[in-house]
Order: sequence, then C-alpha cells, then structure tokens
Amino acid sequence: MSESGDGKRDAFIEASRVSLGSERRAPELDVQAVSLSYPANDHALQDVSLKIPGGRVTAVIGPSGCGKSTLLRCFNRMNDTIDGCKYTGSILLDGMDVLSGKTDVTELRRRVGMVFQRPNPFPKSVYDNVAYGPRLGGISSRRQLDEIVENALRAAALWDEVKDRLDAMAVTLSLGQQQRLVIARAIAVEPEVLLLDEPASSLDPISTLRIEELIYELKTDYTIIIVTHNMQQAGRVSDFTAFMNAGKLVEFNTTDRIFTNPVERATEDYITGRVG
Amino acid sequence: MTTRQHISAQFAAELESIRSAVMEMGGQVERQIVLASEGLENRDSGLAEQAIAIDRDINRMEVEIDEQCAVILARRQPAAGDLRLIISIIKLTTDLERIGDEASRVSRLVIKLASKAGSDPIYQHTARVARHVSGMLRQALDAFARMSASAAVRVVLSDKEIDHDYREGLAKLTAGMRAAPEEVESFLDHMWALRSLERIGDHATNIAEHVVYLARGVDIRHLAEDGLESLLK
Repeated sequence: MSESGDGKRDAFIEASRVSLGSERRAPELDVQAVSLSYPANDHALQDVSLKIPGGRVTAVIGPSGCGKSTLLRCFNRMNDTIDGCKYTGSILLDGMDVLSGKTDVTELRRRVGMVFQRPNPFPKSVYDNVAYGPRLGGISSRRQLDEIVENALRAAALWDEVKDRLDAMAVTLSLGQQQRLVIARAIAVEPEVLLLDEPASSLDPISTLRIEELIYELKTDYTIIIVTHNMQQAGRVSDFTAFMNAGKLVEFNTTDRIFTNPVERATEDYITGRVG
Repeated sequence: MTTRQHISAQFAAELESIRSAVMEMGGQVERQIVLASEGLENRDSGLAEQAIAIDRDINRMEVEIDEQCAVILARRQPAAGDLRLIISIIKLTTDLERIGDEASRVSRLVIKLASKAGSDPIYQHTARVARHVSGMLRQALDAFARMSASAAVRVVLSDKEIDHDYREGLAKLTAGMRAAPEEVESFLDHMWALRSLERIGDHATNIAEHVVYLARGVDIRHLAEDGLESLLK
C-alpha cells in the first residue's frame, strides 16, 4: 500500500479524535496484518493493515470478490460461520483483539452492530424489533424499553413515521423504512461500531439519500464502516476510503484525496471506470 | 495520468471530443496572435482584421466547451483524473477566451498603427514580444495535449522572459517619447499592445498551471520557483 499522502490523512485522523467530545467514545479499529482464507479462496484477504478512525465513516470499495465484505465480516467475526475459514493477524478494538479465540463473540457483536444489503426485520412488530436486543440483554421494564425504542427510532430518523404504528408488523413498512428500522434495532443495544454492508443497494434513490443522511448524523457517535459498490455513494458519505483489489488493500486515504487525486494507478483506474 | 481505456467507450469518446475541442480553440487563439504579430511587423491591417474576425469563433467555442463540461459533470460524475480534466478545461477555456480578447485588442491597435509612421525598432520589439507569447501559448497547449507537468512548468518559468521583454519595451517607449514627443500617440498604442501581450503571457502561464493540476493533481498557482523546479523531473 502506498504511503504518500499519509501526512494529511493522519492529521485528519488525529483531528477527528480530538473533536469527539461526547461522553460516548467511538473507538478506532486497528487492523494489523490480517490474512484470511476459505476452502474456496486461499487469499480472500492478504496482509491487510489499516487504522479505521473512530467517529468517522470509512468506505470500503473494490470490485466484486476483492475481499471488502470479507474484511467487514472480520470486525464482528461473521466469517466464523463459514466452514474452514482461517485467519491470522489482529484487529484491536480498545486494546481487545477481535480475532482472538478468547474474545466473547456475543459481547463483540453487541459492540459491533451490522446492517445487511436487504432489510431483514424480524417477523414482529416495529416495537418488538427494536426492543429485541435490549430484552435479550435483560431489560424488562416497559418504561425503560419504551425509552430505548423511542431513542433508537429517533436516532434512525424513523420515529416520526412510525410513532403511531409501533404495533404494526415491521414488514408492512416500506423497504427504506425497514432498513432504517434495522439500523434502529442495531442502535438499540448501544454498539460502538456499525458495519453497513451495501445498506442502500436495494433501495430507491430517495430512500438511499435518507440512509446516507442517517449515516452522516450517526457518525459522531459511532465508528461506521460501509461496504458499497456505488462509488458516488462512497464519495458522498465517507470521510475515509479503502480501495481493495484481489484480497489486498491497495490504498487507504481520505475520501477527498481518493476521489480527486488517488496515489495508486489501480485506484485511479477503478474509480474512473478504466479496464485494469 | 490515465491513458487506459474506459469501460464506457461512450464516455471515453465524450472526453476525447472535449479535449480536441480545446485543442481546436487553442489553435485558433494562437492563430490570432500570429496574425496580429505579422500584421504589426508588416504594417498590414488586413491581417489584423482577420485576427479580429476569429474572436467570434473563439467566444462560441468557449460556450460550447463549457456546456459539454457541464453535461459531463451532471451525467458522468467524473472522478480523479477525469474530474481534474473537466475542472482544468473549464478554467483553461476562460484563459483562452481572455487571450482571444487581448489578441483582438492588439489587432485593433495594429490597424491604427499600420497607417502611421514610426520607428522600426519599436515595431520590431512589439512584434517580437507577440511571437514570444504565441510560442509560450503553443507550448502550454502542447503540454496540455501531452499532459506533461514538466513541459507546463517550463512554460510557467518562461513567463519571466515575457515580463523582461515588457519592461525593456516600456524603457524603449519612454526613451522614444522623450526623443520624438510628436509621436506620443503611436508610442502609447505600442504601450497598450505590449500591456496586452504581457497579459497574454500571464494567461498562458495560468493555462500551464491548470495543466500541472491536471497531470499531477497539484495546485502550483502560489508556489515559489524552487517548489516548481521539483516538478520538472
């Protein structure tokens, strides 16, 4: 990976650390030499190292099969569900190695929430979808749950649209609303990191803009990592962009730099749509 | 810079067409300056009239190129090198159009001067400055065509010579006015022509600066000379 342009990038990372004044602290994720293989792919990730800044949005872009979703799924150990998946290296989250065998994966997934490509609400009411995680966490007081549900739905910019139909089944909402509901459900358990895997790819343009606006509003409280095929979307929502190709990290830089003057030829070719 | 083929052949064709339009506009502007300088040297107002007539085409080309750029920005959302190409072209055409205006101004003075008597050395000097700036513009456009940052930096550095020629011309004119006060009007016309030529040099410098941004993504507009020399490599 290229080192040039790092001065500005690192200064920006440092500045974002200082500006986070809220009592919640969105943590940095320090990815160190992560390699990963599946039986079907020996080199799904090859020696990937980068520091994902806290309280900022980092987009991961790259062609299909480049390893971007695999990298995303390392942060909450979703790859563990694949038979024969092996990895080396470490990912530090507040000093804890996410990839260590000793890590409590259930607790990790509470701290690192994930939202998928297609909205996947539970076949329950709007209210119960959001209250699901907190209930699992042992909260049973109705008053407390009401407060959590309202706060999470407000944070997901959905409250005004659903406050009068909290008992309606989640599937009766539009797709865009369902996706924001899933984000509210993720937020309800107070995670520190949000992983978004193509969160708007099944949505219409207006719903997409709503999700992007939501990402912008959430970023001061969460470390957000978004995988997207839509380069304009990466340009619109992210502060940092990582470009991956064939399991390797090609370039990690500020989004401004990546979209105006990337350091690597391969990045330039990809984002300008040239045959690489 | 990007030379590899776009996946979208249509987009590649659009970028190519806009690039050739800029080269064509640049060629016309250069022709204007050459006609003006030949008109001056030969005291031929016909050549100057031809130069003025070209200005209308140049103005039309500026508008057309800007429109094409707006369409590409809106429809293609270019990034990286493609984005820098469009940004540089938008700025570059503004400079070309202003060069066209200055060349017309020089040509109008040539028409006035053609009918007047005057000392040959002054005519020769003004014509030499005109040739010099047209060469500078040609090199700036050539740097654009080749997307060569080092060639563009050489153009930026050569602006000093134009400034030197300009000051030298002013000194000659001042001396001329003292020696032949009855010709003060034509000396003043030469002074205005020199002023316009010096400005053309400044616009050619701007064009070269846009080319450096296009080729390297670096803004050199307010960079000291030693900073520029590192780009010559």
